[in-house]
Amino acid sequence: MIQTLINSWPNALFYMMALVTVACAIAVVVTQNIVRAAVWLLFTLTGTAGLFFLLGADFVGATQLLIYVGGTMILVIFGVMLTARGPFVQMKTASGEWTLAAIVGLTLFGLVSGTLISTDWSRTKKSEAAVKAGEGITEANSPTTMQLGLEFLGVPPQNPKISRDPAGIGYLLPFEIVSVHLLVVLIGAAYLARAKRRKATTS
Amino acid sequence: MSDLIHKILLPLLYTVIIMLFFQLQAIIFVWLERKVSGRIQDRLGPTRVGGKFGWLQTIADGVKLLLKEDLIPRDADRAMFRVSPYIVLCGAFAAFLVIPFAFQWAAQSMNVAVFFMLAVMSVEVFGVIMAGYASGSKWALFGGMREAAQVVSYEVPMAMNIVPAVMASGTMNLNDAAQMQAGWFWNWMCFHDPFTFFAAIMYLVCATASVKRAPFDLAEAESELVAGFHTEYSGFRWLIFFMAEYASMLAVAWIATLMFWGGWNGPLPVAQWLTKAGITLGTWDGPSFIPNVGGRILGLLNFIAKGYTLIVVMMWVRWTLPRIRIDQVMKTCLKYLLPITCFLLLGAAAWPLFVRTRQGGQIGGFVAAGLLLLIVGKAIVSTPKSAAQGRREIVYK
Repeated sequence: MIQTLINSWPNALFYMMALVTVACAIAVVVTQNIVRAAVWLLFTLTGTAGLFFLLGADFVGATQLLIYVGGTMILVIFGVMLTARGPFVQMKTASGEWTLAAIVGLTLFGLVSGTLISTDWSRTKKSEAAVKAGEGITEANSPTTMQLGLEFLGVPPQNPKISRDPAGIGYLLPFEIVSVHLLVVLIGAAYLARAKRRKATTS
Repeated sequence: MSDLIHKILLPLLYTVIIMLFFQLQAIIFVWLERKVSGRIQDRLGPTRVGGKFGWLQTIADGVKLLLKEDLIPRDADRAMFRVSPYIVLCGAFAAFLVIPFAFQWAAQSMNVAVFFMLAVMSVEVFGVIMAGYASGSKWALFGGMREAAQVVSYEVPMAMNIVPAVMASGTMNLNDAAQMQAGWFWNWMCFHDPFTFFAAIMYLVCATASVKRAPFDLAEAESELVAGFHTEYSGFRWLIFFMAEYASMLAVAWIATLMFWGGWNGPLPVAQWLTKAGITLGTWDGPSFIPNVGGRILGLLNFIAKGYTLIVVMMWVRWTLPRIRIDQVMKTCLKYLLPITCFLLLGAAAWPLFVRTRQGGQIGGFVAAGLLLLIVGKAIVSTPKSAAQGRREIVYK
């Protein structure tokens, strides 16, 4: 009895953490106060980092904390504070916004759950067994995300089941386009900030 | 049964020990701060409570704070006002979980321990902003915003100053990084090359700013601004903010100790001498827990002493230098610390390419690079342009 309890302890922790994360995520949507929504978002992101830590992905968890919690949330708060007119502003959402948000959310949910269902999870077990047996990881028993990662790096996809374009360069081009896009956004933000300051000094 | 011990009881024990230490260090620090400031200002500090040295002073303070009325302003956002001290506390506490107090004596050994510590300590800012906002007072809000701007900007050069040490030791695992510096004190990472030496000092400057200590504490400034973001806090909640501040001071000092100042290794290889003389405190690199306990306790004492030395340096700076203005705080970070840090980073990356030999070449390179750094630093600090800007700012245009 005690043994089973101990063995299920990590799972129990995981589910508790996941439950808290999901509850906070729901609270982000439901709450009317904009700063409180940001705070719930903070808890959601921290909970996600906690899930990463529980799964043993320390680096990903710490990165999640540093980038999302430390960076984005500060940005959110600054934005919120600079736009809110009075203290503790309440938001009212129109029904149109609700429907639009519901459509986007459901689409994303469908996409994620579709991916989850269509993933061949037995590959993970195969690669674990291969590592335990001391064999190298090959195309046949590679973990589920390895192929995707390689394709992001420009390795031509070899598994015809996964990719439709066996001679291509993988996802390197779209990946690079997205990163250049981010650079454009950064430069744009810097330009906007500069223009404002120049006006202030001339006047 | 061993599962029960390893999976539940030991983690609980580690957490309780660290939590106790976490609270006790605040008691020692408050007393130390008073004594050090007293000495520097040529007075005695507390002398009444608990004998000649006033060592019970903090307990008296703690009792006073616990008995104070717990005020929450009428306009405050009550839930957030209550939660925010705990967020700050959690951020500071989580950093302690991965610190190795002696060889392999960490609650959780982690391959990316330095990175993890910096990441969780960046969460503290959020509690500060929340506290400022939830107080429902403009005073606290502005204090929180200033504090956030300062801490967020200083985190960048602080993290970048650790990178030279990470590059030199080749690991982000605090345990391995500290063990690499065993032996004489010139094995310490700060004496590895001139860039790590200057990075060690720059790190301490940035760390002082990022834990909101003087001379970078304009956002709080007890004497003028009545403590900025936690103006509305009193009693136990205020106590939590202070405990977290002292804890994060200790955490950043220990990151410096582990990455730059030799970790738990003393300046002299005492353990090696003792082993040669036939006295075994236990070896330093044994896998098991009990046999090495003597050596590890020596290391633990060393480690605590080093951390406290750095803290005393921080206090010394606080009571010696005047506070700098908020625009100067930001300017120091963005115009001086960040470029210097980038330069140190490049230098530390280039160092192994140019200086390969261990003995003669290293000393020559050390002197040459040190001179170069001094010249560049002098040039940066004393450009006529910056002097003119400084004058203009003083007369408020």
